[in-house]
Amino acid sequence: MNVNQSAPPVPPFGQPQPVYPGYHQSSYGGQPGPAAPPTSYGTYNGPGPGYQQTPPLGMSRAPPSTGAPPTSTAQAPCGQAAYGQLGQGDIQNGPSSSTVPTQRLPGSQPFGSPLAPAVSQPAALQHYGPPPTSAQVTAQLAGMQISGAMAPAPPSAGLGYGPPTLLASASGSFSNSGPYGSYPQGQAPPVSQAQGHPGVQPPQRSAPPLASNFTSPTSGGPRMPSMTGSLPPGQGFGAPPMSQPNHVSSPPQALPPGTQMTGPQGPPPPMHSLQQPGYQLQQNGSFGPGRGPQPNYGTPYSGAPTFGSQPGPPQPLPPKRLDPDAIPSPQLNELPPQQKTRHRIDPDAIPSPIQVIEDDRNNRGSEPFVTGVRGQVPPLVTTNFLVKDQGNASPRYIRCTSYNIPCTSDMAKQAQVPLAAVIKPLAKLPPEEASPYVVDHGESGPLRCNRCKAYMCPFMQFIEGGRRFQCCFCSCVNDVPPQYFQHLDHTGRRVDAYDRPELSLGSYEFLATVDYCKNNKFPSPPAFIFMIDVSYNAIRTGLVRLLCEELKSLLDYLPREGGAEESAIHVGFVTYNKVLHFYNVKSSLAQPQMMVVSDVADMFVPLLDGFLVNVNESRAVITSLLDQIPEIFADTRETETVFAPVIQAGMEALKAAECAGKLFLFHTSLPIAEAPGKLKNRDDRKLINTDKEKTLFQPQTGVYQTLAKECVAQGCCVDLFLFPNQYVDVATLSVVPQLTGGSVYKYACFQVENDQERFLSDLRRDVQKIVGFDAVMRVRTSTGIRAVDFFGAFYMSNTTDVELAGLDANKTVTVEFKHDDRLNEESGALLQCALLYTSCAGQRRLRIHNLALNCCTQLADLYRNCETDTLINYMAKFAYRGVLNSPVKTVRDTLITQCAQILACYRKNCASPSSAGQLILPECMKLLPVYLNCVLKSDVLQPGAEVTTDDRAYVRQLVTSMDVAETNVFFYPRLLPLTKSPIESTTEPPAVRASEERLSNGDIYLLENGLNLFLWVGASVQQGVVQSLFNVPSFSQITTGLSVLPILDNPLSKKVRGLIDSLRAQRARYMKLTVVKQEDKLEMLFKNFLVEDKSLSGGESYVDFLCHMHKEIRQLLS
Amino acid sequence: MMTTYLEFIQQNEERDGVRFSWNLWPSSRLEATRMVVPLACLLTPLKERLDLPPVQYEPVFCSRPTCKAALNPLCQVDYQAKLWACNFCFQRNQFPPAYAGISEVNQPAELMPQFSTIEYVVQRGPQAPLIFLYVVDTCLEEDDLQALKESLQMSLSLLPPEALVGLITFGRMVQVHELSCEGISKSYVFRGTKDLTAKQIQDMLGLSKPAMPMQQARPAQPQAHPFVSSSFLQPVHKIDMTLTDLLGELQRDPWPVTQGKRPLRSTGVALSIAVGLLEGTFPNTGARIMLFTGGPPTQGPGMVVGDELKVPIRSWHDIEKDNARFMKKATKHYETLAHRTASNGHCIDIYACALDQTGLLEMKCCTNLTGGHMVMGDSFNTSLFKQTFQRIFSKDFNGDFRMAFGATLEVKTSRELKVAGAIGPCVSLNVKGPCVSENELGVGGTSQWKICSLDPTSTLGIYFEVINQHNAPIPQGSRGAIQFVTQYQHSSTQKRIRVTTIARNWADVQSQLQLIEAAFDQEAAAVLMARLGVFRAESEEGPDVLRWLDRQLIRLCQKFGQYTKEDPTSFRLSDAFSLYPQFMFHLRRSPFLQVFNNSPDESSYYRHHFARQDLTQSLIMIQPILYSYSFHGPPEPVLLDSSSILADRILLMDTFFQIVIYLGETISQWQKAGYQNMPQYENFKHLLQAPLDDAQEILQARFPMPRYVHTEHGGSQARFLLSKVNPSQTHNNLYAWGQETGAPILTDDVSLQVFMDHLKKLAVSSAS
Repeated sequence: MNVNQSAPPVPPFGQPQPVYPGYHQSSYGGQPGPAAPPTSYGTYNGPGPGYQQTPPLGMSRAPPSTGAPPTSTAQAPCGQAAYGQLGQGDIQNGPSSSTVPTQRLPGSQPFGSPLAPAVSQPAALQHYGPPPTSAQVTAQLAGMQISGAMAPAPPSAGLGYGPPTLLASASGSFSNSGPYGSYPQGQAPPVSQAQGHPGVQPPQRSAPPLASNFTSPTSGGPRMPSMTGSLPPGQGFGAPPMSQPNHVSSPPQALPPGTQMTGPQGPPPPMHSLQQPGYQLQQNGSFGPGRGPQPNYGTPYSGAPTFGSQPGPPQPLPPKRLDPDAIPSPQLNELPPQQKTRHRIDPDAIPSPIQVIEDDRNNRGSEPFVTGVRGQVPPLVTTNFLVKDQGNASPRYIRCTSYNIPCTSDMAKQAQVPLAAVIKPLAKLPPEEASPYVVDHGESGPLRCNRCKAYMCPFMQFIEGGRRFQCCFCSCVNDVPPQYFQHLDHTGRRVDAYDRPELSLGSYEFLATVDYCKNNKFPSPPAFIFMIDVSYNAIRTGLVRLLCEELKSLLDYLPREGGAEESAIHVGFVTYNKVLHFYNVKSSLAQPQMMVVSDVADMFVPLLDGFLVNVNESRAVITSLLDQIPEIFADTRETETVFAPVIQAGMEALKAAECAGKLFLFHTSLPIAEAPGKLKNRDDRKLINTDKEKTLFQPQTGVYQTLAKECVAQGCCVDLFLFPNQYVDVATLSVVPQLTGGSVYKYACFQVENDQERFLSDLRRDVQKIVGFDAVMRVRTSTGIRAVDFFGAFYMSNTTDVELAGLDANKTVTVEFKHDDRLNEESGALLQCALLYTSCAGQRRLRIHNLALNCCTQLADLYRNCETDTLINYMAKFAYRGVLNSPVKTVRDTLITQCAQILACYRKNCASPSSAGQLILPECMKLLPVYLNCVLKSDVLQPGAEVTTDDRAYVRQLVTSMDVAETNVFFYPRLLPLTKSPIESTTEPPAVRASEERLSNGDIYLLENGLNLFLWVGASVQQGVVQSLFNVPSFSQITTGLSVLPILDNPLSKKVRGLIDSLRAQRARYMKLTVVKQEDKLEMLFKNFLVEDKSLSGGESYVDFLCHMHKEIRQLLS
Repeated sequence: MMTTYLEFIQQNEERDGVRFSWNLWPSSRLEATRMVVPLACLLTPLKERLDLPPVQYEPVFCSRPTCKAALNPLCQVDYQAKLWACNFCFQRNQFPPAYAGISEVNQPAELMPQFSTIEYVVQRGPQAPLIFLYVVDTCLEEDDLQALKESLQMSLSLLPPEALVGLITFGRMVQVHELSCEGISKSYVFRGTKDLTAKQIQDMLGLSKPAMPMQQARPAQPQAHPFVSSSFLQPVHKIDMTLTDLLGELQRDPWPVTQGKRPLRSTGVALSIAVGLLEGTFPNTGARIMLFTGGPPTQGPGMVVGDELKVPIRSWHDIEKDNARFMKKATKHYETLAHRTASNGHCIDIYACALDQTGLLEMKCCTNLTGGHMVMGDSFNTSLFKQTFQRIFSKDFNGDFRMAFGATLEVKTSRELKVAGAIGPCVSLNVKGPCVSENELGVGGTSQWKICSLDPTSTLGIYFEVINQHNAPIPQGSRGAIQFVTQYQHSSTQKRIRVTTIARNWADVQSQLQLIEAAFDQEAAAVLMARLGVFRAESEEGPDVLRWLDRQLIRLCQKFGQYTKEDPTSFRLSDAFSLYPQFMFHLRRSPFLQVFNNSPDESSYYRHHFARQDLTQSLIMIQPILYSYSFHGPPEPVLLDSSSILADRILLMDTFFQIVIYLGETISQWQKAGYQNMPQYENFKHLLQAPLDDAQEILQARFPMPRYVHTEHGGSQARFLLSKVNPSQTHNNLYAWGQETGAPILTDDVSLQVFMDHLKKLAVSSAS
């Protein structure tokens, strides 16, 4: 295994196929085979490149698959990993699949070798497992009782999860998508398949699945133990059963649960007899975990009354009813009062985001993600992993809802799974990963396909000895220009492939030639213009003084490129209230000059020379200006402000200076002064839940769209900092930032004492961040699909070009694809995202990201390669845009319907037949319901009473350009217990599910969603803890609403503060801390973020929603 | 008689600043019209009177609402009853209480005959500060701008310390500078392409609340100026340092001007803002808007030419061909501004220094209607501009600035007369009254005019109509009277009223034609007719005006000449008329009526000055003065004739606009040979020096500074001289060649001799 590992790194690009052979053997012969792989490596030289990649891949994913094969070769298809997991799970369920075990063993071995995973094979396996397992999660909501019983196992909980998922995978196996599938069939090919040949195998799998699944689990089983350690409990998961149900066989076993699901049928449960009746749901990985809990969770949750008490009963009560009505309630009695909810479903039995995240971390966090293989599903965004670019763009740049795209639009329509990519073209990479190489092709510029204009990339096929190349997107054959000519080696690769980033990497940059510049002129360095509201409100709150003081030093930190000594960016200053004041800060002046423009109706820039200056040259004048601004306006009585003219002015200034740039607007109030873009207060809560609600999200006037359009044309990006005391109509004010790729920051009721840190931190980050200006992004795809819809902060003047006046590392564009033809399973689907932009230093560049996806003819493959987080990102953005045009209720219904359709389609086409009462979820999507529920009850779609119209508009606008990680935590906040883990531990404590039930009143928790940060203090926290954190003797003396923890010299205080700092560092925006005490007024606010619970605004609890969803699915299926 | 009249005329001019075309008035309407030259006068309302200290009280006015004439020496006074009879409307008025002590031996000044012109100081009302608003073009060459900045900085020291001063600069944009801030210089900026209403401008400048210093006068401290809320206009003594620095930092308009383009110059908007600013802050207060511009307005309202250099600015040719795209619109813009300015009592000066035209044609109304100065030069970096500008701030013998503001001139006539109009730097106030004629000459239809700015030489032509009917003879010996009441703001900020009352005898044309002829003031008549001609020329085609002038001249000759019909040789004019045809001859050739060889701007400039100078200066303009210097005797005036150009003479010509020193051929050769440097030829040195000294004297006194040309025989600049002299010798009458008399002029213009011959022929012809 070691070998393998080592090998991979070497040949980054390797073309999968050639190499495979080796693998196949290994895997197949396999099973014994571990040895084989090594040999295969040896072969590298020959096949060379291919290997390495594959190996790595193989290791991660393939292994699982291979694992599968062992059992019933053909059937194995399912994710091997899954198997592994299943195995574990199975063990418990084991009974059913007794046969399996034997097989597994062999299977396991094979995996081990190929995967190799040298180091922590198990770990690796698991990782994969889960994903693949994703296949299906049959969630039988049935009784939780069981879990309860399991509870004892608490410790294992974490582990437990893992396994369950595995189980799921088992189920998933049916559908195992190509990649994995290969393994199963794996006879020989497994390897190759792993890399993407899936196509062939799928069919096979379908048949074999059952067997394979089982087997795999078994195989997995063996390992599991190692992983879980004491995991025997793992068995408890019943995962195995799950898998069975899904596929076919399972039903019988697990079915009992299924029946339970149906609710009405509930009674039948007995069937299971298996320990886990309730869990059966889990069959698909997800539940598994749920059950797992019994063992694993048990502990953590045990705390919760529910579980504890019921442990025993559950089993008997197999019936889990999704159907409220049908709820048989045998269990009811047993259930603790709290759970009286009509459906008694064990919260621990339903898929847990925490578990899924944890599993993925454990499984995939330790190995680098190597991008050489097409269609690989990357680790979750919540997992820390390194990426090695071997021909496909890093998931940091592009994530897809599915890495396996249906070949036909019919299939796509049937599945209803949106095909979307979330693209973050300028994403920041961790220091360990190299940022994209810059390629300079000289005067001829980047090499492109003559027909579709796609840029040279690793997928382009050189032919005729290298004299021509065939475009991988449109198949057009192009001549290779003489200066670019290179011979091909015997594999048909260019000899210089590894020397050229554009032939070997997924992401790289081209230096643009003058043809790519506006007006055929190389751009000037961009400029920053600070535009400061100096009306009464801004002065009164001390904002202006604070800001001016900060700017003095902040100007030294303007973004620089590479090792440049000073930033190329020029700066300018404007203040305004009802009129605008421009400042001439030319270095030769003795004192700054203020130029007032009162003609706000027809804004223009009053000066050219001296407005945009080099900071260092004009430092004295700038400092003098910043000193004076607060003085000049100290006595202002002007309360009215304008807004549109301010942006207009900044834009005109950039136009006059012939550069792109960014405006930093610091604004306090609704612009009611007579001027274009004047707004009136139209806030009306009565509109909520009416057909007119959408108007709250729409801009009041078209002025801002028009303005934004002009800004975009000029490459003028607008960042808006709002400091409102009352309604400012964020929906309208944010139009320009939104369309120009800017950011909006909102500090309601700004007070220097309380908000200074947050504001300054955001400001510093915003000013310092690297930005690309005047950008145009174009996504090209293989013939067959087409980018049809785009979400994010940008403007589009036609249907294909995403125009971004500015684009920073956090801005994300979500792109939806639709079929316009058939895709080819063999060639897969390619995406190429090309971003033309001007760097901070004024260099014009093209950044190219390439990503190859698989294509499938089997729906199961689709479902096995989905990424729920990305799906949620897309769906949230889709919904948040929808509220502009449709009543919110319609939008919510659409979401629910789509989700139901997706799941129903899976159930119908991929899951093994089972009782209608059983909720079966694809492993990859088992979190879809919980996440979707979070989206549905978010402030935008279901506002609480305390949520203002501005807040909603603000959030709506924020989400529009969030990346997957941000939406993930935003919709499902992280809740971290602080005193559970050893104080010396430096890692983040494991999160718990966002539900009040998970809060222990003896503990302290941190909750964060990327925007807010709460410190919740339980009422019976030890005094010592209180003392060492808050420096007060008792709980009652803690100041509620506190936003800063005292700096105390004790381990706990240091740790908590350190944790807070590290959380803040992870997020793009500074999260203001709010200390909330249990049973305090503020707790209401906090509770809003406990998203698994019923919300005050009427949002359903997770359990309720799952029932709801199940009902919907059943309706669709019937 | 003649002597008498010359003395009389001179006396009147010195005392009252008035010269009438006729000093004996034809007593009937019919006869008056037959006199050809209308009854009119040139009035210099503020003529400097060393011997006239103003009285420190206010005039007494006739109580009849339609009359309101001021008490004057012509009034009949009943000292017993303390009554006086108005000599215009015959209303009997009580003297005010202050006049209780009046008696034959204790008369107030206004009743004494020597006080036919008297000046009162009005003590009431607040004193408004003088205001100077600089409007500065920054689209200048570096040298020019630097020179201008220095001139402006220098001017701060010349302004009265209490005066308010403001600064507007313009180029592509217009900047109104705030002068009251420290640490940072602040200005309001306006787009140069957008016309704004006064209200908008005031809103944008934050002047919406009326800042009326007038209402906050503090009589207790006459020295201190009332509080002024506008930070754009500040007392010189407070901000001269700030403003000096501000001017020092003034940069050329920073907006790039690409090759082949003119800089974008927003003169129209700049002026509009200046007007709006003053209108909002100091209406009806004496204020000067001083526009310094170095080129034509090229954008926005009031643009005169586009910014493409390849399209030249309009010429007379374009105008005749109706090819001046922007002219009408621009003119309209500036006219509107001028009228607004005038109605606020402010004035606009234009200092235009550029080699090419700057749009004076379009902008002329700004100065012409408001009494502002128009100065045209080649560059701000010339002594012509610098000294002219300095001279604006010259002081009179009292130490007062030679400028007055916001004047209202009211004309009252006795019943036989009505006032037909005025020509000069004024606008009509549209005050109808019993003495307003229905016929208009010049700006008519009113008995009151506003003259927003005037100085001691500002002169108006005022035209009257005799309305007495032929069949209602005026008693022998009775006199007609005219009163001019000029209310104005003195440069000391005092309000003053100057009243001039004059009377002339009526004469019956039938029986007293000789007397009337003798009382003809041909100089005044020439200028008055010229003003009419120039006034017409502004709106009529040049040839039409010339024809009209010719016809008037012929009619005059027919009326007053002595001749035998059809015998040109018999034609004679009396001394009182003898020079008149010559004036007309030169007038016809003058740049006031001839546009050939002049740009429209130059024409506007010349006409501007012609319509405001006093009689002497006007005559110089019509017929330049030529002095000859030689070894043959003392300097002597010589005929403005080519025959005066002799090789051994130095000529000094004063055309008002130019002072030309011309060295004859021989003198020039001597000078080149350097004789003046040889001790033995010191007399030659003196000869060379003499005209220079005389020229210096003229230069010192004149406003605006004339262009000073020093040239010699064959020099290119000799054209200034050659174009003015009567071409008695040309290439067409070669017989003159070879004779020792003067230099031939290459022109097709008719000479005075030919002109006179034709005139005689036509005068005696019975056909016309």
